[in-house]
Amino acid sequence: MLLKYFSNDKESGVVLLILAAVTLIIPLCNLIFSAGSVFYFSAYTVSLIGKYLTFALLALSLDLVWGYCGILVLGQGAFFALGGYAMGMYLMRQIGDRGVYGNPDLPDFMVFLNWKELPWYWSGFESFPFALLMVMVAPAILAFVFGWLTFRSRVTGVYLSIISQALTYALMLAFFRNEMGFGGNNGLTDFKDIVGYSLQSDTVRALLLMSSGMILIAAFMVCRWLVKTRLGRVVTAIRDQESRVRFLGYRVEMYKLWIFVFSAILAGLAGALYVPQVGIINPSEFSPLVSLEIVVWVAVGGRGSLYGAIIGAILVNYGKTVLTGVLPEVWLFTLGAVFILVTIYMPDGLVGLWKRKIGEINHE
Amino acid sequence: MKDRVTYPVHIVFLILMLCSFISTSNAQIAQDDQIEQEKITFSTAVSKLKVRSLSAKGTAIEQLVQFDNPQKIVILQALVDGKLFEDRENGQIVIAEKKAEKFSIELAESGKNIGLVDNSVIKKIRINNRLRSKIRNIIAEIRLNSADPDQRLQAVKMLSKSINPASLKILKTLAETEKDSDVLDKLQLIFALDSLNSSDRTIRLKGIETLKQKTSLKAVNRLQALQEKNSEGQFIEPDAEIRKQAKSALVKIQSRLQFYHVTETIFFGLSLGAVLVLAAIGLAITFGVMGVINMAHGEMMMLGAYTTYVMQQIMPNHIALSLLLSIPAAFMVSGLVGIGIERGIIRHLYGRPLETLLATFGVSLVLQQAVRSIFSPLNRSVITPEFMSGSWQINDFLSLTWNRLYILVFCLLVFTFLLQILKRTRLGLEVRAVSQNRNMAKAMGIPTARVDAMTFGLGSGIAGVAGVALSQITNVGPNLGQSYIVDCFMVVVFGGVGNLWGTLVAGFSLGIANKVLEPFAGAVLAKILVLIFIILFIQKRPRGLFPQKGRAAES
Repeated sequence: MLLKYFSNDKESGVVLLILAAVTLIIPLCNLIFSAGSVFYFSAYTVSLIGKYLTFALLALSLDLVWGYCGILVLGQGAFFALGGYAMGMYLMRQIGDRGVYGNPDLPDFMVFLNWKELPWYWSGFESFPFALLMVMVAPAILAFVFGWLTFRSRVTGVYLSIISQALTYALMLAFFRNEMGFGGNNGLTDFKDIVGYSLQSDTVRALLLMSSGMILIAAFMVCRWLVKTRLGRVVTAIRDQESRVRFLGYRVEMYKLWIFVFSAILAGLAGALYVPQVGIINPSEFSPLVSLEIVVWVAVGGRGSLYGAIIGAILVNYGKTVLTGVLPEVWLFTLGAVFILVTIYMPDGLVGLWKRKIGEINHE
Repeated sequence: MKDRVTYPVHIVFLILMLCSFISTSNAQIAQDDQIEQEKITFSTAVSKLKVRSLSAKGTAIEQLVQFDNPQKIVILQALVDGKLFEDRENGQIVIAEKKAEKFSIELAESGKNIGLVDNSVIKKIRINNRLRSKIRNIIAEIRLNSADPDQRLQAVKMLSKSINPASLKILKTLAETEKDSDVLDKLQLIFALDSLNSSDRTIRLKGIETLKQKTSLKAVNRLQALQEKNSEGQFIEPDAEIRKQAKSALVKIQSRLQFYHVTETIFFGLSLGAVLVLAAIGLAITFGVMGVINMAHGEMMMLGAYTTYVMQQIMPNHIALSLLLSIPAAFMVSGLVGIGIERGIIRHLYGRPLETLLATFGVSLVLQQAVRSIFSPLNRSVITPEFMSGSWQINDFLSLTWNRLYILVFCLLVFTFLLQILKRTRLGLEVRAVSQNRNMAKAMGIPTARVDAMTFGLGSGIAGVAGVALSQITNVGPNLGQSYIVDCFMVVVFGGVGNLWGTLVAGFSLGIANKVLEPFAGAVLAKILVLIFIILFIQKRPRGLFPQKGRAAES
């Protein structure tokens, strides 16, 4: 059934199968086998792969707006970080009175800053469902307001890229301020529990990886479905010929807006999954550099194919882990070179390269 | 016989000659003696300064003043400033100036430089406040008789630090003959402040009247003191008329202060704006005129700043000269790198702005890491030359820092230079032609590829020059460029792409807006507010303050 479903898109099917396998096998191996075994994956590996999966989800969200709608957002990291902060706030509340200062109501940094009570926007975050809701609502609101203003006044192309970069930059500066009530420079960290279970336990780690994988798979399926619907086709048409679509009577800005908001929600989810697995969220996630790195993942994988973004995110991040471990100096050189080479020689990324190879073989 | 007659004459003559010789040589010896004696005593007087007892030190100072040697002022000044030291090795008295980690020392009695030493080698000669004010009076008195009005003004300022009947008398004598308006102004202030202590009411009122005209921190403090109440809620000053006059004088001064405050804010705003304009103007060329999104623009500035650093390393003894030479050097370095980037990468990506953005961002990462590998990731310190450090003290409430002032002027010079290039040179004509209609320009025989490279080189070179200016006000490090890139784009987009004047106006207005907001909102929030303002502004006017008009603007 599954194979039939993917009969005209074998690559997506393969990527999906691999993802499903990773999501199931790695956590199970980690739980079943003991440390000495060949099949054992360490807690570090589990967290690392979980992190890659959240990055893949983030890349997927960018590919939806960039690859299918032609909006190069240089501030996707902002939505990711907002989702992360929403989850971080929940995790902070979970610490309770186990902080350094032992204050049952206030997180450590607020005690440190001599705050007397919790700011109003922290209320409700002790409840997990509310936090989950905010993980999606906060980025969605930001995307809605920003998108509504920009798309309506027809800011496009590089202008949009630049002001989205300015947006994330402004947010970074704002979150660095202690007065904002989000931990300032240090961000939120020292998490203990999630829904009552210790974040350090193997089971929780494995479950986090599993949920990352499953949400990624679900998001991937939804995105694939979305781009095949009428909405998706109009959005692709907007990418190719915006004014023509507008002349045909479509309300271009509305289509753009909804796809943008949806993508922001996906990015927020990615952030929310990222934070418990990494154990920290700080304002540097808002930095323009992080958002640009997301663009590289998608560009390397190949934009406009969805599964390309997933491959790109995982490959580039794997490369980053290896290189920063072995030769930290070389990482930025490599990243820069990848940027340049991909844009000049591989405009369609790895996916494009693969398709061309297949095309050549079929041609022969 | 003749011989016999002349003989005694000869003898007399001889004796006379001998006598005169002896007397002159005696005089010569006496004179030599005197010089020798003075030299010895001057240097002994100098070396007496190192006695431990403070009263003996006072005597030594008095002795020193007796000598008619210009070096004595230098020595006394050094003593007041805490720059007079004793060399532990040979007991010589030296004047030491801190240079980096070491001290550059010169002999106190002759001013001869004798090299650099560690601070463990020298020992400071200490004095107390009583001696300090005594020395001040001595120096001031010497200087008050100087022909140079600047010297006299310095002396008056020095004396005003410790007003007592003695110093007041000195100043009163000076006031009778003084002609220079600055010195007179200062003297009036001192007398007016003093007259408030008088018991005569009319003199006090007159003093307040004079203070009303003065812009001085001391005047404000003194007038405020007249308004104060004691712990029982009663006015310390019993005379209501005096209080009233003092209050009205204070209001008058305060309104003047308000004006200075506004002037200062505008100056700070303009200087911040100048930095923004300098940083953005190269981008206005590459982005505005060519339509290339150059994310490596900030790194071009960084290269310029590092060029300044390298130039200073090459000639550490000529800081001012090296800074001047850095300007063309940075232009060349950044310009050549820019041409390299254009020929190697951007050339393949014309008409694909988003791809250009990504590729140039890759370049910026490589350049950053290259600098990090070559110069280390730490910030490098660039020394500010003498003429740019310090500030221009206009009055007690308004002082403008020289480096900011120079950067403001420099920014305007660079702007004019760039405008002239675009307006008057052949390259400028070709650049404008290509940016308006590439195909038509090509058809007219303009080598568009070469023009593209040159334009990009020009824009990058200007960024390098901006880097030289930035090296004077911020840290020179690998992240220097990155911290400016968002601001640069904002300025260019706000001003209107393709319009140099727009960039200038946008830079200055954003700078002023930032500084006006800062007192209310704090530096970071001010910046955020400005960014949000620009984001909203672009919604309303997507083409900036001064959009390009005509057919070129269509695309």
